Amino acid sequence: MAQTPQPPAPGTPGTPAPGTPAPGTAPAPGTSAQALGTPPPPAQVFPPVDPSKFKLIGQNYQTQDLMAKVTGKARYAEDYRAEGMLFCKLMLSPRPHARILSIDASRALAMPGVHAVLTADDLPAPPPPAGPPPAAGSVPSAAAAGGVAPTAPQQQAANAQRAANAPAAGPGAVGAPGTPPSAAAVPPAQQTPQTPPIPGEFALAKEAMYEGEPILAVAADSEELAAAAIEAIRVTFAPLDFVIDPLDGLRPGGPNGRTEGNVFVGGEVKTIKWTAAQFDELAAGRFPQDAEHGDLTSWGNVEQGFKEADLIVEHIHYQQSTVHQPLETRSAMAYWQNGKLYLHGSTQSVARTVAAVAGWVGIPQKDVVIISEYTGGGFGSKIPGAQTMAIPALLSKKLNGRPVMMRITREEETYIGRTRPGFQAWAKMGFKKDGRVTAVDTFIIEDSGPYRRQGDNAQAANLSTLLYTAPNARFRGLSVATNTPPRTSQRAPGGLQSAILFEPLVNKAAKQLGLDQVEIRKINAPVNGSTFGLNPPAQANRPRPKITSSYLKEALDRGAALFNWEERKQRNGQRIGTKVTGVAVSQSTFTAGSTGVDGLFVIKPDGKMYIHQGIGNLGTHSVIDTARVIAEVLEFPWEQCVVVWGNTSQGVAWSSIQAGSQTTHAHTRANYAAAMAGKKTLQELAAAEMGGNADAYRVGGSGVSGPGGSLTWAQAAERAIARGGKFDGHEVPADLNAMTKASAAALAGLGVMGVARDGYPRDGQTYGFVAGFAEVEVDVETGVYRVVDYVGVADVGTVVNPRSLAAQIFGGAIQGMSHVRSQKMVYDTHYGVAIGKRMYQNKPPTILDQSVDMKWEAVNIPDPGNPVVGAKGIGEPGIGVGGAVVLCALANAIGDDLLKRTPVQPEHIVTALREGRVTYEPLTAYI
Amino acid sequence: MPVIRDVMPAFELFQPTSIADTLGLLDRHENSWIMAGGLDSFDWLKDRIKRPEVVIDLGGVAELRGIREADGGVEIGANTTLTEVAGHPVVKDKFKLLAEAAGIVASPQIRNQGSLGGNVAQDTRCHYYRAGWPCYRAGGNICYADTPTAVNREHAILEADRCVAVSPSDTAPALIALDAQMVVRNGDGERVIPARDFFIGPWLDITRMTMLERGDLLVSIRIPGTFAGKPHYFEKVRDRQVWDFPLVNVASTMPTNGNTIEDARIVIGGVAARPLRLVAVEDAIRGRARNEETANLAAEIATQGAAPLRHNAYKIPLMQNLVKRAIRGEGQWTS
Repeated sequence: MAQTPQPPAPGTPGTPAPGTPAPGTAPAPGTSAQALGTPPPPAQVFPPVDPSKFKLIGQNYQTQDLMAKVTGKARYAEDYRAEGMLFCKLMLSPRPHARILSIDASRALAMPGVHAVLTADDLPAPPPPAGPPPAAGSVPSAAAAGGVAPTAPQQQAANAQRAANAPAAGPGAVGAPGTPPSAAAVPPAQQTPQTPPIPGEFALAKEAMYEGEPILAVAADSEELAAAAIEAIRVTFAPLDFVIDPLDGLRPGGPNGRTEGNVFVGGEVKTIKWTAAQFDELAAGRFPQDAEHGDLTSWGNVEQGFKEADLIVEHIHYQQSTVHQPLETRSAMAYWQNGKLYLHGSTQSVARTVAAVAGWVGIPQKDVVIISEYTGGGFGSKIPGAQTMAIPALLSKKLNGRPVMMRITREEETYIGRTRPGFQAWAKMGFKKDGRVTAVDTFIIEDSGPYRRQGDNAQAANLSTLLYTAPNARFRGLSVATNTPPRTSQRAPGGLQSAILFEPLVNKAAKQLGLDQVEIRKINAPVNGSTFGLNPPAQANRPRPKITSSYLKEALDRGAALFNWEERKQRNGQRIGTKVTGVAVSQSTFTAGSTGVDGLFVIKPDGKMYIHQGIGNLGTHSVIDTARVIAEVLEFPWEQCVVVWGNTSQGVAWSSIQAGSQTTHAHTRANYAAAMAGKKTLQELAAAEMGGNADAYRVGGSGVSGPGGSLTWAQAAERAIARGGKFDGHEVPADLNAMTKASAAALAGLGVMGVARDGYPRDGQTYGFVAGFAEVEVDVETGVYRVVDYVGVADVGTVVNPRSLAAQIFGGAIQGMSHVRSQKMVYDTHYGVAIGKRMYQNKPPTILDQSVDMKWEAVNIPDPGNPVVGAKGIGEPGIGVGGAVVLCALANAIGDDLLKRTPVQPEHIVTALREGRVTYEPLTAYI
Repeated sequence: MPVIRDVMPAFELFQPTSIADTLGLLDRHENSWIMAGGLDSFDWLKDRIKRPEVVIDLGGVAELRGIREADGGVEIGANTTLTEVAGHPVVKDKFKLLAEAAGIVASPQIRNQGSLGGNVAQDTRCHYYRAGWPCYRAGGNICYADTPTAVNREHAILEADRCVAVSPSDTAPALIALDAQMVVRNGDGERVIPARDFFIGPWLDITRMTMLERGDLLVSIRIPGTFAGKPHYFEKVRDRQVWDFPLVNVASTMPTNGNTIEDARIVIGGVAARPLRLVAVEDAIRGRARNEETANLAAEIATQGAAPLRHNAYKIPLMQNLVKRAIRGEGQWTS
C-alpha cells in the first residue's frame, strides 16, 4: 500500500526530488485541447457499463490517507513549520463600509520583533477584466461559463463550478482560474465589454465593504506580538452608507451597499428602489408583483401555464445566509526560495490553485508551488484556495523569502470564509389534477454581499425546471449588494435553496390534490434526455440543454420501499401527548460531472504504479477513489499503487476543480483514458520486446504476457526506460493540458507512462439526484423537534466507493437539515456588524443532533454520459433534499403556511401554533 | 484602538494547589482572573476584552473537586466537572434534577471540562456584551440589545433594568429549586449564600451576575436533603439539542401528597438576568391538585409583568408552557 506523499521539508524547497517537473515549464491551466488545435478523437462505440464486472470500483476499501488522518500524522497548512518562520495577524475592518483614508503603522513597526506591515498598496495590480459576471438565466447554460468577474480566480472557479456542464465552453477551458474563459461561451447579448468593471475584492481592502474585511497584515516574531502591533496601528476611516438586510437597500430612500448603487444587474451595479406601496404590500404578506427586478428569464408561457392549472399554490419564504464553516480555516504558510513561491495552503483543488495564486501574488505560474495534502473541508469556499493566501506570500516576499505563517482564527474565518447567499423569495406553482406541474413562477431577492452577483437565485429557478420538468417557468431576480461577507458557491449553490423553496409547495399541492407525495414527484420527474433551463428574453427560443440521465423515479421507488412509505405516511399529524409526527419525502438535484481533464501514471522499476493526481484532498476520498480506475483497467494490484497528490512540485495531472460535484465523473473518465493509453503502451512494449502482435498481449496480474513471453511490471518499467520515446513518457499526446505535459516531461524516463486526456463523448449535461424520506417529531408546546430517521437514495450512476458515497449522502443531508434547523448569521442592522461569530452562536450541526437511524442506498444504474465507468458526482445533489424533507415533514406535522423562514426555530412553531398564523417577521434578515 | 479578537494576550499564570494559596493570590493581585474549566474565561481572554495581568487556574486545587454526602444532602466542590455531577450515583439518586440539568449543559466535551461552579458563576451570553460593546453591563451607558433594531430573541422578558441580558446557566435553576447554598470564601473568611440570593439582577449591580465580588472564591455548593428523592422536573428549550444555551429552561421540585402539591419550587432560566424563582406561582399551587387546571393557573401567573422586546415575545408562551409541564411532571407529556 502506498504511503502518504512527503512534500519537501520546508527550508529545503530548492532541492526537488528526481522527476519533479521544472517549474519553469509550468503550463497555462485552462488551455483546452481545442485551443491546442487537436482534432477530437474518432467516434467510439461503448458497450453499456456493467458495474458488477468491476473488481475495485464499487468496493469498500481503506483510503491511503486514512491512517494519517486518524493518527494525527496528516499535516494541514497550519501544521507546517520552517526555520525563522514569522507569524502574521490581520487587522479587520471594524466598519461595515468605509474608505480607508490613512494608515499610520509607525508605532507598530518600531516594536522590537515586528518585521513588516502589508497593506492594499503592496498588492499586485489586478489582471485585466475578462468579461461580465454571469447573467441571470445563464445557469446552467453556456453563458455561466463565460461569467468572469474581475475579482478573478475565486470567482472564476465559482463560475466554473456552476458551469461544470456548460457545453459551449469546451472541456478544459471552463473557468480555469487566472485565465480568461472562452469568450465564445458568452452569448453576444450578455457581453458588455464597454461596461467598466465593478471594483472587485482583493486580499486587503482600501475601501472596506464589510465588517471583518482584512485591511492590513503584520508579520512579527509571534502572533501575540503581531496582535499587539495591530493594536498600535492608527487607521482613519471615512464611513460610507451600508446595507445589511437586502430589503433595506430596496426601500424608498434606503441606503446603497455600494457607492455605485444597490443591485448587481449583469455586469453592472444599478440602483433599484421599490415604492412605499410595494413595501406596504410586502408588509401585508403579499409579494409585490409589480416590483422592479434586475434579472428575467423564462421558458414557455407562464401565464398560460397557470391558466391550465387546476391548483395554484404559492408562498413567501426567507432563507438565511450561512457561512461555509469548514473545520479547517484558511490558514496558509509561505516562503520563497530561488525565486519561487512555496505555499502551504488549504485548497479544494490543487492543480487549479496554481494559476489562482499566481494571479493573487502577481507572479508567473511557473514560479508557484502549491502544497496542500490535506484540506479540512471547503464546501465551495476554497475552490482554488483563498485570496488571503496571498498575504503571507507577499509578506514573505517583502522579507526576502522568510517564511510567514498566517493562522486564520474561527472569528476571522466567519468573516472571510465565504457565505451562501440568503433569499427573500416568492414562488408559485401550478398543477393539473393528476399532479403534473404546469408552471413555476419565482421572484427571488438574493443577498449578494458586497462584491458581485452570486446567481444562486437564478440557479434555484433553473433547477426547478429540471426537477419538475416544468413546461412553463419564469424567474425574476434581484441581486442586492449588502455589506456582509462575500458570497460564493456553497455546496449546491442555488440547489439547496431551490429544494427548500419549492418542495414545500409540491408537498402542499399533493395534499390539496389528494395525491400521494411520491407519485406527484414521480409524475414530474426528469428522465434520460430531459431538457430544462430558462432563457433571457433576447434568446427566448434558445435550445435548452438536456441531461445525460435521471433515475430519480427509481430512487423515489427504492426510497419508498426502504422507508416503508405507504405505511408510515398514515402517521402524518398523529399526536401523542404534546408530540406530533410528520413524515415526508423530498428530492433534490445538482450538477454532477465535467469532462476533458487528464490522467497520468507511471509504473516504475520498483514494480509500483504511481498515480499522479491534481485533485485536492478535501475529505471526499475522490483523490484516491478515482485513481483506482487505473488499477481496475490494468488489473494492477491495488496494494502496489501509490497515489501522489497534494504537491505540485511532484508532478500532477491537470484536473477539474473539486467543486460542482465534477471530480468523480471527470476523473474516472480521465483516469480510464490514461489507463487505456498505458495499456496500449504496455502491449506495444511487450510486442517490441518479445515479438508478435501487440493486441495479443494481455495486461494484468503480475505484468504483461503474450505469445512472446511475459514481463513483470518492474521489468516492463526497465524496458520502457531503455526504449524511451512513447514508452517512458518522452513522447506524450499533443492534446494534453500544458500542466500535464510539464508533469509528464519531469516524470519521463522513470518507467512506463500512461497519460491521456479524457476525450470520451458525453451527450448532454450530467446531473445527480437524491430522493429522501424522513420522519420528524414536533413538540407543540416547546417548538422543539427532532428528526427521527432519514432514508436517502441516490441516482449517481455507478457506485465507486460505497463508504464515500454514504458519507456524502448522509453528510449532504445533515448539512441541508442544519440549514433548516439551526445554522444562521446574526447581524445588528443598525450598526452593520455581526453579533454571532462563534459556532455556539451561528449553530452549525453537531453529530449528536443527528438521527442515529439514517439509511442510504444508490440505484447504481450507470450514467450513459460517462460511457467508460458510468459514475456521476454526489457531493451536492443530496444536500437540498435533507433540508426540504425536514421542512415538508414539519409542515405535515403542524400544518402548511406556518413556516415561512429558515432556520425553523422553536419560537416559530410555538407562536404559529398558538396564534394559528405567522406572527414572527417572515422576511427580516439576520435575526 | 483597532480591535483584534481571537488572539490571547500574555498573562502571568498561577496554578495554586490549595484554597488558601488561591485566596492569597487573589489578595496579592488586584487585576487577576479566576479560571476553572476555562469555557467562559477563554472567550473573554482570547477576545482581549478582559485583560487580566494574572490568571489563577484552579485545576490543581484538589479541595475544590469532588462530591461528598453530608447531612442527608451533598456538598459538591465548585470545580467538580459537570460530567462528574451528572454521573454521580448519589446525585442521580437523590437529586436527579441537578443530574439532569448538569447532563444537558452544552456538549459532552464542554461538560468534561466545565465545572459546576463555572456553570453557575458564568457571565451572560448577550452577544452585544460578549462582543465587547460598551454597554451598561460593561460600564457604559446604553443597552444595545434593547433598541428597535436590535436582535434580542434570546434576551429578557422579565426584571429588565437597563440591561436585558439573561442568565445562561442550566444548573442554576436546578440549584435554586433544590434550596442549595453557595459556600464562598475570601480573605475575611467564609460565608454561605442561599442559591436563591446568589444570583442577582441589574438593579443590584449591573456589572455582575452573582454575589461574588473581587477576592471571593466559590468553593462548594451544598444541597440539603430537603428535596432528596422528591418529584422534580427539568426541561431546556434550545435551538440545537447539543452545544447550546437555553432559550428558556425550567427546574422544579414538587413534593406531593397523593395528587396534592405540598410544596413547590419552580425556577425559570433564560428570561431574566437571574434565574427566576416563581414564588407567586408556588404560593398559588401549594395545596392544589397536580392537574391541568392548576397548570393553567400557574402559567397565567408565571408571566405576569412580562415585557417582551421585538424578537422575544415567544418567551411568554414558551415560559407558560414550561411552567405547565413542570406542574404536570415527567411522563405526563412525552410520547
